Amino acid sequence: MAEPIRMRVKLEGDVADVRVLIGHPMETGLRKDPKSGELVPLHFIKSVTATLNGKPVLAAQWSQAVSRNPYMQFRIKGAKANDEIGIEWVDNRGDSNRASAKVPAAG
Amino acid sequence: MSSTTPGRGVSRRSFLALSAALLAGALRPLRVWAREWDQVAFDARNVNDALKSAGIVNPTPSTDIVIKAPEIAENGAQVPVDILSKLPGTDIVYIFVDKNPQPFVGSFDFMNGAEPFISTRIKMGETSNLRVVVRAGGRHHMATREIKVTIGGCGT
Repeated sequence: MAEPIRMRVKLEGDVADVRVLIGHPMETGLRKDPKSGELVPLHFIKSVTATLNGKPVLAAQWSQAVSRNPYMQFRIKGAKANDEIGIEWVDNRGDSNRASAKVPAAG
Repeated sequence: MSSTTPGRGVSRRSFLALSAALLAGALRPLRVWAREWDQVAFDARNVNDALKSAGIVNPTPSTDIVIKAPEIAENGAQVPVDILSKLPGTDIVYIFVDKNPQPFVGSFDFMNGAEPFISTRIKMGETSNLRVVVRAGGRHHMATREIKVTIGGCGT
Protein backbone atom coordinates (compact mmCIF):
# COMPACT_ATOMS: atom_id res chain seq x y z
CA MET A 1 0.00 0.00 0.00
CA ALA A 2 1.55 3.27 -1.15
CA GLU A 3 2.09 6.03 1.36
CA PRO A 4 0.12 9.22 0.78
CA ILE A 5 1.27 12.16 -1.34
CA ARG A 6 1.37 15.48 0.48
CA MET A 7 0.75 18.61 -1.58
CA ARG A 8 0.94 22.29 -0.68
CA VAL A 9 -0.22 24.86 -3.21
CA LYS A 10 0.14 28.64 -2.99
CA LEU A 11 -1.11 31.17 -5.50
CA GLU A 12 1.14 34.15 -6.18
CA GLY A 13 -0.47 36.38 -8.81
CA ASP A 14 -1.28 33.94 -11.61
CA VAL A 15 1.44 31.47 -10.66
CA ALA A 16 0.65 28.37 -8.62
CA ASP A 17 3.61 27.30 -6.49
CA VAL A 18 3.30 23.55 -5.87
CA ARG A 19 5.27 21.56 -3.28
CA VAL A 20 4.92 17.81 -3.30
CA LEU A 21 6.20 15.26 -0.80
CA ILE A 22 5.88 11.62 -1.85
CA GLY A 23 6.27 8.77 0.62
CA HIS A 24 8.53 6.24 -1.12
CA PRO A 25 11.68 4.33 -0.05
CA MET A 26 13.61 5.05 -3.30
CA GLU A 27 15.90 2.06 -2.75
CA THR A 28 19.11 2.18 -4.81
CA GLY A 29 19.67 -1.58 -4.67
CA LEU A 30 23.03 -0.81 -2.99
CA ARG A 31 21.79 -0.54 0.58
CA LYS A 32 22.20 -3.45 2.98
CA ASP A 33 19.41 -4.34 5.32
CA PRO A 34 20.99 -3.75 8.77
CA LYS A 35 19.29 -6.87 10.21
CA SER A 36 19.79 -9.47 7.47
CA GLY A 37 22.88 -7.98 5.85
CA GLU A 38 21.22 -8.61 2.46
CA LEU A 39 21.01 -5.95 -0.23
CA VAL A 40 17.58 -4.30 -0.36
CA PRO A 41 16.25 -4.62 -3.93
CA LEU A 42 16.06 -1.64 -6.28
CA HIS A 43 12.71 0.10 -5.73
CA PHE A 44 12.19 3.60 -7.05
CA ILE A 45 9.73 5.97 -8.73
CA LYS A 46 10.34 6.16 -12.48
CA SER A 47 7.84 8.76 -13.56
CA VAL A 48 5.89 11.60 -12.03
CA THR A 49 3.34 13.62 -13.92
CA ALA A 50 1.46 16.76 -12.95
CA THR A 51 -1.69 18.26 -14.44
CA LEU A 52 -3.59 21.52 -14.12
CA ASN A 53 -7.33 20.89 -14.57
CA GLY A 54 -6.41 17.63 -16.28
CA LYS A 55 -4.01 19.28 -18.72
CA PRO A 56 -0.38 18.09 -18.54
CA VAL A 57 2.11 20.61 -17.13
CA LEU A 58 5.06 18.55 -15.92
CA ALA A 59 6.46 15.11 -16.78
CA ALA A 60 9.44 13.90 -14.77
CA GLN A 61 11.56 10.79 -15.30
CA TRP A 62 13.58 9.73 -12.28
CA SER A 63 16.34 7.31 -11.39
CA GLN A 64 16.98 5.80 -7.96
CA ALA A 65 19.20 8.84 -7.25
CA VAL A 66 16.24 11.01 -6.30
CA SER A 67 16.21 11.08 -2.48
CA ARG A 68 14.03 8.87 -0.29
CA ASN A 69 10.56 10.36 0.25
CA PRO A 70 10.97 12.57 -2.83
CA TYR A 71 10.37 16.30 -2.63
CA MET A 72 9.54 18.36 -5.68
CA GLN A 73 8.58 21.99 -6.12
CA PHE A 74 7.39 23.51 -9.40
CA ARG A 75 5.39 26.51 -10.63
CA ILE A 76 2.51 26.81 -13.07
CA LYS A 77 1.74 30.11 -14.76
CA GLY A 78 -1.86 30.87 -15.69
CA ALA A 79 -3.37 29.20 -12.62
CA LYS A 80 -6.26 30.64 -10.65
CA ALA A 81 -8.12 29.92 -7.43
CA ASN A 82 -10.09 26.63 -7.44
CA ASP A 83 -8.08 25.13 -10.29
CA GLU A 84 -7.19 21.52 -9.63
CA ILE A 85 -3.61 20.26 -9.62
CA GLY A 86 -3.09 16.52 -9.99
CA ILE A 87 0.00 14.43 -9.27
CA GLU A 88 0.60 10.81 -10.20
CA TRP A 89 3.65 8.57 -9.89
CA VAL A 90 4.56 5.09 -11.11
CA ASP A 91 7.48 3.05 -9.74
CA ASN A 92 9.65 0.25 -11.14
CA ARG A 93 7.31 -2.39 -9.68
CA GLY A 94 4.34 -0.87 -11.47
CA ASP A 95 2.88 0.49 -8.23
CA SER A 96 1.40 3.95 -8.50
CA ASN A 97 -0.39 6.61 -6.53
CA ARG A 98 -2.11 9.87 -7.24
CA ALA A 99 -3.39 12.92 -5.41
CA SER A 100 -4.91 16.25 -6.22
CA ALA A 101 -5.28 19.63 -4.57
CA LYS A 102 -7.25 22.78 -5.27
CA VAL A 103 -5.43 26.07 -5.82
CA PRO A 104 -6.36 28.34 -2.89
CA ALA A 105 -7.16 32.02 -3.32
CA ALA A 106 -4.07 34.25 -3.46
CA GLY A 107 -3.03 35.21 0.03
CA MET B 1 -22.06 -30.99 -29.57
CA SER B 2 -22.23 -31.23 -25.85
CA SER B 3 -19.01 -29.32 -25.27
CA THR B 4 -20.26 -26.19 -27.06
CA THR B 5 -22.29 -24.75 -24.23
CA PRO B 6 -19.64 -24.87 -21.49
CA GLY B 7 -17.05 -23.83 -24.05
CA ARG B 8 -19.11 -20.77 -24.94
CA GLY B 9 -19.70 -20.00 -21.29
CA VAL B 10 -15.99 -19.92 -20.58
CA SER B 11 -15.16 -17.88 -23.64
CA ARG B 12 -17.88 -15.37 -22.84
CA ARG B 13 -16.58 -15.07 -19.30
CA SER B 14 -13.05 -14.49 -20.54
CA PHE B 15 -14.40 -12.06 -23.14
CA LEU B 16 -16.12 -10.11 -20.38
CA ALA B 17 -12.97 -10.17 -18.27
CA LEU B 18 -10.96 -8.93 -21.24
CA SER B 19 -13.47 -6.16 -21.92
CA ALA B 20 -13.31 -5.09 -18.28
CA ALA B 21 -9.52 -5.03 -18.44
CA LEU B 22 -9.59 -2.98 -21.63
CA LEU B 23 -12.14 -0.60 -20.16
CA ALA B 24 -10.05 -0.17 -17.00
CA GLY B 25 -7.07 0.55 -19.24
CA ALA B 26 -9.07 3.07 -21.23
CA LEU B 27 -10.19 4.85 -18.08
CA ARG B 28 -6.69 5.25 -16.76
CA PRO B 29 -4.86 8.36 -17.91
CA LEU B 30 -2.62 7.13 -20.68
CA ARG B 31 0.01 9.84 -20.23
CA VAL B 32 0.72 9.66 -23.95
CA TRP B 33 2.16 13.14 -23.50
CA ALA B 34 4.97 11.91 -21.25
CA ARG B 35 8.12 10.67 -22.99
CA GLU B 36 9.00 7.03 -22.44
CA TRP B 37 11.38 6.36 -19.52
CA ASP B 38 14.86 6.56 -21.01
CA GLN B 39 16.25 3.14 -19.99
CA VAL B 40 19.52 3.40 -21.96
CA ALA B 41 20.42 6.84 -20.59
CA PHE B 42 19.52 5.83 -17.02
CA ASP B 43 21.60 2.64 -17.28
CA ALA B 44 24.71 4.47 -18.55
CA ARG B 45 27.71 4.12 -16.23
CA ASN B 46 29.52 7.32 -17.19
CA VAL B 47 28.26 10.81 -17.81
CA ASN B 48 29.33 11.06 -21.46
CA ASP B 49 27.41 7.90 -22.36
CA ALA B 50 24.43 9.15 -20.35
CA LEU B 51 24.43 12.51 -22.17
CA LYS B 52 24.78 10.85 -25.56
CA SER B 53 22.02 8.32 -24.82
CA ALA B 54 19.72 11.13 -23.72
CA GLY B 55 20.28 12.76 -27.13
CA ILE B 56 22.44 15.58 -25.77
CA VAL B 57 25.27 16.50 -28.13
CA ASN B 58 27.73 19.39 -27.66
CA PRO B 59 25.73 21.37 -25.10
CA THR B 60 26.67 25.07 -25.00
CA PRO B 61 27.87 26.37 -21.61
CA SER B 62 25.31 28.86 -20.31
CA THR B 63 25.11 31.34 -17.47
CA ASP B 64 21.34 31.52 -17.93
CA ILE B 65 20.90 28.28 -16.03
CA VAL B 66 20.73 29.19 -12.35
CA ILE B 67 21.65 26.36 -9.98
CA LYS B 68 21.08 26.74 -6.27
CA ALA B 69 22.78 23.97 -4.32
CA PRO B 70 25.07 23.76 -1.29
CA GLU B 71 28.83 24.01 -1.88
CA ILE B 72 29.29 21.36 0.78
CA ALA B 73 26.61 18.73 1.31
CA GLU B 74 27.04 17.02 4.64
CA ASN B 75 24.55 14.32 3.80
CA GLY B 76 24.85 12.92 0.27
CA ALA B 77 21.48 11.19 0.67
CA GLN B 78 19.61 14.50 0.64
CA VAL B 79 21.22 17.20 -1.48
CA PRO B 80 18.79 20.04 -2.19
CA VAL B 81 18.96 21.37 -5.75
CA ASP B 82 17.01 24.28 -7.26
CA ILE B 83 17.22 24.88 -10.99
CA LEU B 84 15.88 27.88 -12.87
CA SER B 85 16.36 28.35 -16.61
CA LYS B 86 16.29 31.87 -18.01
CA LEU B 87 16.62 30.54 -21.55
CA PRO B 88 13.52 31.30 -23.64
CA GLY B 89 11.72 28.22 -24.91
CA THR B 90 13.04 25.91 -22.18
CA ASP B 91 11.09 22.66 -22.30
CA ILE B 92 13.36 20.06 -20.64
CA VAL B 93 15.76 20.16 -17.69
CA TYR B 94 18.12 17.19 -17.17
CA ILE B 95 20.15 16.52 -14.03
CA PHE B 96 23.37 14.47 -13.98
CA VAL B 97 25.86 13.72 -11.19
CA ASP B 98 29.12 12.84 -12.92
CA LYS B 99 30.48 10.49 -10.25
CA ASN B 100 27.30 8.64 -9.30
CA PRO B 101 27.38 4.95 -10.34
CA GLN B 102 24.64 5.87 -12.84
CA PRO B 103 25.06 9.61 -13.52
CA PHE B 104 21.60 10.37 -15.01
CA VAL B 105 19.42 11.44 -12.07
CA GLY B 106 16.33 12.59 -13.92
CA SER B 107 14.62 14.89 -16.36
CA PHE B 108 11.73 17.31 -16.10
CA ASP B 109 9.57 18.27 -19.10
CA PHE B 110 7.65 21.52 -18.80
CA MET B 111 4.51 22.28 -20.83
CA ASN B 112 1.30 24.31 -20.86
CA GLY B 113 2.46 27.15 -18.63
CA ALA B 114 4.80 25.27 -16.26
CA GLU B 115 7.70 27.61 -15.49
CA PRO B 116 11.22 26.31 -16.22
CA PHE B 117 11.94 25.86 -12.52
CA ILE B 118 12.33 22.76 -10.40
CA SER B 119 13.41 22.13 -6.84
CA THR B 120 14.16 18.64 -5.59
CA ARG B 121 16.55 16.57 -3.47
CA ILE B 122 19.02 14.10 -4.91
CA LYS B 123 21.57 11.51 -3.80
CA MET B 124 25.29 11.94 -4.38
CA GLY B 125 27.76 9.12 -3.71
CA GLU B 126 30.78 11.40 -3.41
CA THR B 127 32.11 14.88 -4.23
CA SER B 128 31.21 15.49 -7.87
CA ASN B 129 30.15 17.88 -10.54
CA LEU B 130 26.42 18.42 -10.75
CA ARG B 131 25.60 18.91 -14.41
CA VAL B 132 22.36 20.54 -15.52
CA VAL B 133 21.38 20.45 -19.18
CA VAL B 134 18.52 22.56 -20.51
CA ARG B 135 16.80 22.06 -23.85
CA ALA B 136 15.55 25.40 -25.15
CA GLY B 137 14.35 26.02 -28.68
CA GLY B 138 15.62 22.57 -29.65
CA ARG B 139 19.22 23.33 -28.53
CA HIS B 140 21.07 22.03 -25.49
CA HIS B 141 22.72 24.27 -22.92
CA MET B 142 24.68 23.25 -19.84
CA ALA B 143 25.83 24.50 -16.47
CA THR B 144 27.96 22.61 -13.97
CA ARG B 145 28.60 23.07 -10.29
CA GLU B 146 30.90 21.16 -7.96
CA ILE B 147 29.33 19.91 -4.77
CA LYS B 148 31.54 18.55 -2.02
CA VAL B 149 29.96 15.62 -0.24
CA THR B 150 30.98 14.76 3.32
CA ILE B 151 29.03 11.48 3.70
CA GLY B 152 28.00 9.71 0.49
CA GLY B 153 24.37 8.83 -0.10
CA CYS B 154 24.35 5.89 -2.49
CA GLY B 155 24.11 3.13 0.05
CA THR B 156 21.16 4.87 1.70
